[in-house]
Amino acid sequence: MSDAITVSLNGNTEALESGQSLQHALQQWGLSDKKVATAINGDFVPRSRYSDTTIDDGDQIDVVTPVGGG
Amino acid sequence: MNSSMLTLYGETFNSRFLLGTALYPSPQIMRDAIEASECNIVTLGLRRQNPNERDGAAIWDYIKDTRCHLLPNTAGCKSAKEAITLAEMSREIFDTPWIKLEVIGDDYNLQPDPYGLVEAAAVLIKEGFKVLPYTTDDLIVAKKLLDVGCEALMPWGSPIGTGQGLMNKYNLRTLRERLPNTPLIIDAGLGKPSQAMEAMEMGFDGILLNTAVAKAQKPALMAQAFAGAINAGRQAYEAGLMVTRDTASPSTPTIGQPFWHQNK
Repeated sequence: MSDAITVSLNGNTEALESGQSLQHALQQWGLSDKKVATAINGDFVPRSRYSDTTIDDGDQIDVVTPVGGG
Repeated sequence: MNSSMLTLYGETFNSRFLLGTALYPSPQIMRDAIEASECNIVTLGLRRQNPNERDGAAIWDYIKDTRCHLLPNTAGCKSAKEAITLAEMSREIFDTPWIKLEVIGDDYNLQPDPYGLVEAAAVLIKEGFKVLPYTTDDLIVAKKLLDVGCEALMPWGSPIGTGQGLMNKYNLRTLRERLPNTPLIIDAGLGKPSQAMEAMEMGFDGILLNTAVAKAQKPALMAQAFAGAINAGRQAYEAGLMVTRDTASPSTPTIGQPFWHQNK
């Protein structure tokens, strides 16, 4: 059984199994089918790299979506 | 080319009015205001998505339906690094290289950080972005932004959301005079159509605003008012304003006056 890791998702603490891909994590969080873009530790992660990007313990993950803006 | 059209990075737009999509009482009122403004370009932003919230998707549906050209912003970013990352996220999510680049240096007046702005603009231009930097009215910062490849600039009229109009007309006139071939769009701080018209009469190429329309009691009507003012200001600029004088000069011919003053 995999170890658990802790990450920050949009500022909230979330537990994950270690070794998960970003794609799996977004699915688990219900964000995979939405119009979102993602950064890990302040670096943009293109959608094409979701499946081969592994999430590490302590990662800060930002998932953004469109809002009105000036 | 039609002189009344706005050209940015080689693309032409019929309207010189760029409108923000924040702060409206409802998405429908926002859409009505966009329609009334007849703008071609709308700004929008990105914020953290929380699972099970549909707000972002809803506003996106409304904005998408307007068929306007999208100009995503990097609002809230306080460093070049943050702005670059958010721009990259915007490019993917909106499928556009256009970015309204904001790097804020002070929380109190939301003044752009010129150093971070130039640094971020240089990186993003190299990455193929079409950068529209939100900057101050400082000529030297403007020149630095052009040096790193920006093809248009968006100087503030006054701080975001203040409605104070053209705060430093000397600097703005200087920008216009010293950068005659650079598209300059007044971004932020305008509260009244008359202020937008004044900027257009000074020769600025466009107006970007949000709060003045969104916070009006009737946003669609205010959007229409700004559109009229922007058009009138541009027409006046293209027509050529008269030179102001300190003393009166009669407009009716003085030769052939009938009977008064003749015996003096």
